Order: sequence, then C-alpha cells, then structure tokens
Amino acid sequence: MTEPMINGEAPPETGVVERLARDDVERKRFLRMAGKRLGSGVAATSLAAFIAACGSSSSSSSAGSSSSAAAAGTGTASSSSTSSAAASGDLAIVNYALTLEYLESQFYAKVIKSGLFHGKNLSVIKTFGAEETEHVAALHKLAMSLGTPAAEPTGKFPLKNAASVTKLAATVENLGAAAYLGQAGNIKSPEILAAALAIHSIEARHAATLNLVLGKDATPDGAFAKPMTMSQVLAVVKPFIA
Amino acid sequence: MHTPEFAHPELAAVEVHGVTRGSFIARGALAAGAVYGAGAVAPFVTNAFAAGGATDLDILNFALTLEYLETDFYTVKGKSVGLSGEAKTLATSFGEEEAEHVAALTKAITGAGGKPVKKPTFSFPVTNQAGFLKLAYVLENTGVGAYNGAGPSLTNKALLAAAGSIVQTEARHAAAIALLTGMKITPNGAFDKPLSKAQVLAKAGPLIKK
Repeated sequence: MTEPMINGEAPPETGVVERLARDDVERKRFLRMAGKRLGSGVAATSLAAFIAACGSSSSSSSAGSSSSAAAAGTGTASSSSTSSAAASGDLAIVNYALTLEYLESQFYAKVIKSGLFHGKNLSVIKTFGAEETEHVAALHKLAMSLGTPAAEPTGKFPLKNAASVTKLAATVENLGAAAYLGQAGNIKSPEILAAALAIHSIEARHAATLNLVLGKDATPDGAFAKPMTMSQVLAVVKPFIA
Repeated sequence: MHTPEFAHPELAAVEVHGVTRGSFIARGALAAGAVYGAGAVAPFVTNAFAAGGATDLDILNFALTLEYLETDFYTVKGKSVGLSGEAKTLATSFGEEEAEHVAALTKAITGAGGKPVKKPTFSFPVTNQAGFLKLAYVLENTGVGAYNGAGPSLTNKALLAAAGSIVQTEARHAAAIALLTGMKITPNGAFDKPLSKAQVLAKAGPLIKK
C-alpha cells in the first residue's frame, strides 16, 4: 500500500466519510494480520497500537482520538478540524517514537543485566541506556500533553554474546536515527519538531559509535543519512516485539 | 552582547529580509505552542526561531557558510597541520562529506532562486593533530546545534528533510571524533541542544576572516 503520510490538511467535507471508512478498513486489515501472526490478543495490543500509529492522521486513528479534546478548548484562531488533525498526526508520530524508545530502553536494560559487557564498553552501554530512558520519559510526557500515550510494548531481544549484541545495538540505533529522520517532515508543531531533532541527533551519535566499535563506517550512508518510513521501520522492529 | 556579524559581511548577508514571512512563521509557532502546551517541550525550544524571523534561504545560506567552514577545515587545514593514522582518514572522509553538503546547499539555494553566499576565508588556530581534533569536535557539535536550532524555522518540508539528513551526518562525525579522542560521545546528554544563530556565531565567527 502507499506510505501513509500524515498530513494535517482537512479534506473536503464530501470526502471525509469515505476517507475515514477507507482508513478504518486499512487499519482493521493490519490488526487482523498482526493478530494472525502473533496469535495472542494481549500481545497484539501494543503492536497493534504501533501499527495504528502508522495509519492515517484522521481522528479515526486510535492514537489520535483523545487529542481533539486537547485542541478543542484552546480557542485558537485556526479551524478546530485542522488543529485537531495536526495534533492527532503529531500524537501518532510521538507515540511511534515512544514505542521505539521503549524498545531501546528495554534492550539496553537487558544488555546491562546480562553481564556480557565490562569496563569502558559497559560504561558506554549504560550511558546510552540511560539516555534512551530519558527519551522515553520526555516522549511519554509529550504524548500525555497531546492525548493518550502508547502502551509500553514487550520487547524480546536475543542476547547470545557480546559481538552479536553489539551488532543488534547498532541495528537498533541506526534504525532509530532513520526513523526520526523519516518523520521530521511530517511533524506539525515546531516545538515537537525541536524535541524530535534533539533526540534524532543523539540516536545518530549512538549509531555512529556502535558502527565504529564494529569496524564499520560512522556514516554508512555517506554525506546524507537516509530516512526510513514507518512501514520500513515496523518491518525491522516487528521480530523484537513479543 | 554585541554580535560579531558586522565584522563578517558574508554572514551579515544572511540577515533577515522577509519580515512579513518571518512574523508569519513566529505567529504560527506561537499558535502551535498554545494548542500543544509548550510546557511539555520547553526544554527543547530555542530562541532561534522566535527571535530571528529568517527565511528558508537565509537559513540555507547560514548553513552553507558553516559547511564551507568545515570543508575548508578538514581539507585545507587538515593537510597543512599534518595528520596521521585514523585522524588523517577521518579528516579525508569527513572533508569529502562536508564538501557534498556545500554542493547540496548551493544547489538548493540556486534552485530556490536565491544567491549562495561566497566562500569566506577562514583561519583555524590549531598547530597539531590534538588541537585539530579538539576543534573538529567543537565544529561538528556546533553544526549539530545549528541545524537543530534552525530546523523548526524551515517552512519547506523538503528542505527540512535535507537539513535532517545533513545534521545526522554531523552528529555521526561528532561521535566518531569523540571516540578517537576520548571526549564525550553525547556532550549534551540525552538531548542535543538547539543553538541560536548568535550562539553558533560565537563559535564560528572568530574563525571567519573575510
């Protein structure tokens, strides 16, 4: 399907119902697929929320439904349908980032507990883990200001040995950087964009560090880092969500 | 504090021209703040866009000046100061990437019907590899702060995507230099600080001669 770009523009009145119906069908199709793969109603919830966040920006998205309450009472000059659509789009993106950060935070916590790393390496891992946890806190708070935050997913990460874990860490961080980059142009609020940029460059630092530790390039994409879409990120992340 | 802009005419050239557009941007940002409740994001907000009212072209030209600076630093100073080993490899590789940033920004500016700033003359007060790497760290981190500070002011989303793509590279450079030198990989902690134009000029200004 075409990449579900989140845009804040309100469609013409006559098209609204059709668009919501089509989006609803798409989202239900995703949820059915997710349910089939995971075979568990409970486990599907956080993944489904993640997938729903990748859906369109209309207030039909479960991530966005409570955001109109946040936008409604402010008395801004802009039309309420535009600002609530923008808010629900931003909430979906914040929740998408929050989900990824939850996974990163859990991953590092597990790695630290594993005893696989020591000394300077462990110190770097601890720093990165603490920073991802701060990202979780900030994004959660941001999501709360917009509506309902995404539920914490249950991550599952294979931890075999230090080498494979370092590779996984690099994958995760490079993915995170690409994920943020992929959404920068979709965020409506300048303040939320500022927050996303402040986190994006941290993921980039983490990614470069781990690449170098593995003997790879700090800038694998060269002069211009490549973005990834929500669908592309989801495909990589799905095996790590229980 | 008096800004050094008048000493650097090429940077003065990027001063605000489109006041109407700038105030439109500022109004939009303030309205968004009212809707979303700026409190949740206050730590991330910089005064960069609230104070400047710069147009997209102004921002691109500011970025171009910084990229000219970094390219010159890695390729010219990198050669003259005498680097070896990993530092030499890094300077060559990063210099190539900064040069690509110069090319891309120049193309974006001319493509948008604007006039790219002329390449200034720079002077870098470093005499050995250690000093070179220290300044490299400062420059890359300043670059990250500059792009993160200016990004939210860009009105064209394609330009924002390009700026994001570039800033990620600068952040990766900064981390690589940190690893090489033992300096902090994340000097700002969990959130990179957006820098205002004045803050960027405080670091970069003294290096620009003409």
